[in-house]
Amino acid sequence: MSRPDPAHTHDPARHLSPARVLDVDPLLADPKTRIVVCCGSGGVGKTTTAAALGLRAAERGRKVVVLTIDPARRLAQSMGIDSLDNTPRRVKGIDDSAGGELHAMMLDMKRTFDEIVEAHADPERAAAILGNPFYQSLSAGFAGTQEYMAMEKLGQLRARDEWDLIVVDTPPSRSALDFLDAPKRLGSFLDGRLIRLLTAPAKLGGRAGMKFLNVGMSMMTGTLGKLLGGQLLKDVQTFVSAMDTTFGGFRTRADATYKLLQAPGTAFLVVAAPERDALREAAYFVERLAAEDMPLAGLVLNRVHGSGAGGLSAERALAAAENLEEPRIVDQEGGKAVLRNSPDTYDSSGSPTSETPAPAAAEASDGGSPTENAGNTERSVDQLTAGLLRLHAERMQLLSREQRTRDRFTALHSEVAVTEVGALPGDVHDLAGLRDIGDRLAANERELPDPADDSELPHPDSRPEASA
Amino acid sequence: MSRLQVVSGKGGTGKTTVAAALALALATEGKRTLLVEVEGRQGIAQLFETEALPYEERKIAVAPGGGEVYALAIDPELALLDYLQMFYKLGSAGRALKKLGAIDFATTIAPGLRDVLLTGKACEAVRRKDKSGRFAYDYVVMDAPPTGRITRFLNVNDEVAGLAKIGPIHNQAQAVMRVLKSPETAVHLVTLLEEMPVQETVDGIAELRSARLPVGRIIVNMVRPEVLDAADLELVRTAPRSTVARSLSSAGLGGARRGGRAERLVDPLLTQAEEYAERYALEQEQRAVLTELGLPLHELPLFAEGMDLAGLYELARELREQGVS
Repeated sequence: MSRPDPAHTHDPARHLSPARVLDVDPLLADPKTRIVVCCGSGGVGKTTTAAALGLRAAERGRKVVVLTIDPARRLAQSMGIDSLDNTPRRVKGIDDSAGGELHAMMLDMKRTFDEIVEAHADPERAAAILGNPFYQSLSAGFAGTQEYMAMEKLGQLRARDEWDLIVVDTPPSRSALDFLDAPKRLGSFLDGRLIRLLTAPAKLGGRAGMKFLNVGMSMMTGTLGKLLGGQLLKDVQTFVSAMDTTFGGFRTRADATYKLLQAPGTAFLVVAAPERDALREAAYFVERLAAEDMPLAGLVLNRVHGSGAGGLSAERALAAAENLEEPRIVDQEGGKAVLRNSPDTYDSSGSPTSETPAPAAAEASDGGSPTENAGNTERSVDQLTAGLLRLHAERMQLLSREQRTRDRFTALHSEVAVTEVGALPGDVHDLAGLRDIGDRLAANERELPDPADDSELPHPDSRPEASA
Repeated sequence: MSRLQVVSGKGGTGKTTVAAALALALATEGKRTLLVEVEGRQGIAQLFETEALPYEERKIAVAPGGGEVYALAIDPELALLDYLQMFYKLGSAGRALKKLGAIDFATTIAPGLRDVLLTGKACEAVRRKDKSGRFAYDYVVMDAPPTGRITRFLNVNDEVAGLAKIGPIHNQAQAVMRVLKSPETAVHLVTLLEEMPVQETVDGIAELRSARLPVGRIIVNMVRPEVLDAADLELVRTAPRSTVARSLSSAGLGGARRGGRAERLVDPLLTQAEEYAERYALEQEQRAVLTELGLPLHELPLFAEGMDLAGLYELARELREQGVS
């Protein structure tokens, strides 16, 4: 049931009017744009948006790679990357008449970690690291590893310089912000003071003035050893020293990736749906990106609903539906539609309009033979129509809720450019579907009704019907 | 009925809401439940419209019939200090460790230690008894990590027991696994009638089963009301436009003649119905996939206006009526 809405004075079909409209095409076409990062909370269509943007850019002549983290199976299949091998694969079936290419890959976090080790350690040491139980646990996905590996992979792809545009999907984190923090966290952990204390007691002990640290350290390793079991601590120490000597500076790498994200040429897109929680998260993200000096291009608002009959309000549709359902009871009892078309029924339902409904008989000659349907079918058509009207009422209520949440966001962040993508009833599972989303992203198409409808419907029909 | 009820689900399916509703439902008729949050999001506080929960068990709601719901947001850092205290009577040494970043190290990144502490704390609450030997809580409901991580989360103790082959952590890990793999525990998965969450549910159940973790129920959340049934949808395809136009007209929505207001409503309304039909078919498909799994299946209605405290009680009632508690 709809609650009385104090904000209902506004027209539910009013368009979102942010200070700026996000124009996707110039962003994708600009050769200076080298990285597009799609971020946002889980379940808002982030991966689909990334894929659609990649396809659109490729079909407009750019050489694109899309890095997805955890795509829905059918979406992955639509791009031919359902085999997870951590390597960009060329997507077939795109329109390459403009000279573009689309490559796609799915991140395999363990594989990425293994590759780092293999690339930086001699074979013997690499084997030791890969076989270390601590390493196996860490690489298979503890907090932060996925985020770190996504950023690592991004750094790698960028360094190869084979593509002129990289579109990145971000991991579905507990908090959408984790991927910004994780590289630093993992980097500072692997590179940090504690690890150095754990792994290099001899080095430290030799220096003057470091004795007290050594005391602290032995107390600590002692405690950790008791807690974790001495053997695990040894595994950690072996692992860290192996990592440390083969490639110093996880933190340096993390810092480099972080700077890459801040660089001109990177554009962040925050993806959200017009729902309270998703937009709250989006607002948080916008603020965080600003605080980190990350370049925000705008907000992609997915799954925005519209209606082709926006002039018919929810209240009016519900009243009409009731009107249709009432005589049905009479039908069932008396077998005859006594109350059909009675103006009284409508008026007594409390509708604000004074319009008298047009008698069906007067209209019937227009559409078809009035005798073509038996009373029974007519009743079920009425029932269907009532259902259609209730469905419409739901849609209109949804529209005004979405409008309210969007208004709240725009009030807080009027500086953020927005593009809207209409809701699709089903999931995307082919390139055509992605292309369609790309069109919607770029067109910033209004799903909402022609405003001309508005002025017309609630008033008596005074214009000659013949004009249509 | 299992005493530890673990609620997981894909992100965005409303697992926190379902966990809270379940805690309320289980508390009905004078029972006492503990609702445990492990991801530090303060989702429970938001839901119950209270201030952020501290790391302590605190009464947050009264259930119908005099039951009580307590809540606990487990902070891994404080939980670790708890443990150190318990095992080693560390006072100032614990603070020194904290200064050096050891606690941070252990809870943020040390393999699974964080998850060991979280599951350990929940299991401790399950086993805790008061002086008279009664269980402190009749049920413990855990708002657990999402489906993609749940098996690993619950199974982490096995892994840690393997990594830390001796010591108190090892023993603790094994004790926790004994609770988690027994009928004392049930893992429920929350889903929506959409392709991805259902796929994740199917995968999640397979993973849980292969790890020998006890799978409980499937709870389909945010189920939209059926506005048009199968017969109506058949009519959408077959009914002549003119009859729909006349019907609209008879309901007082203008002229049914071509170009009349009622007539012009027909196309947009039928388009909306087709969209509905497509979604309806997808939902039926997903429902069939879930039914195949052969687990108790429950459906909770969508609250179009968003979830609030009243909605939570409504869901709890719904769960009780469906025999979940």
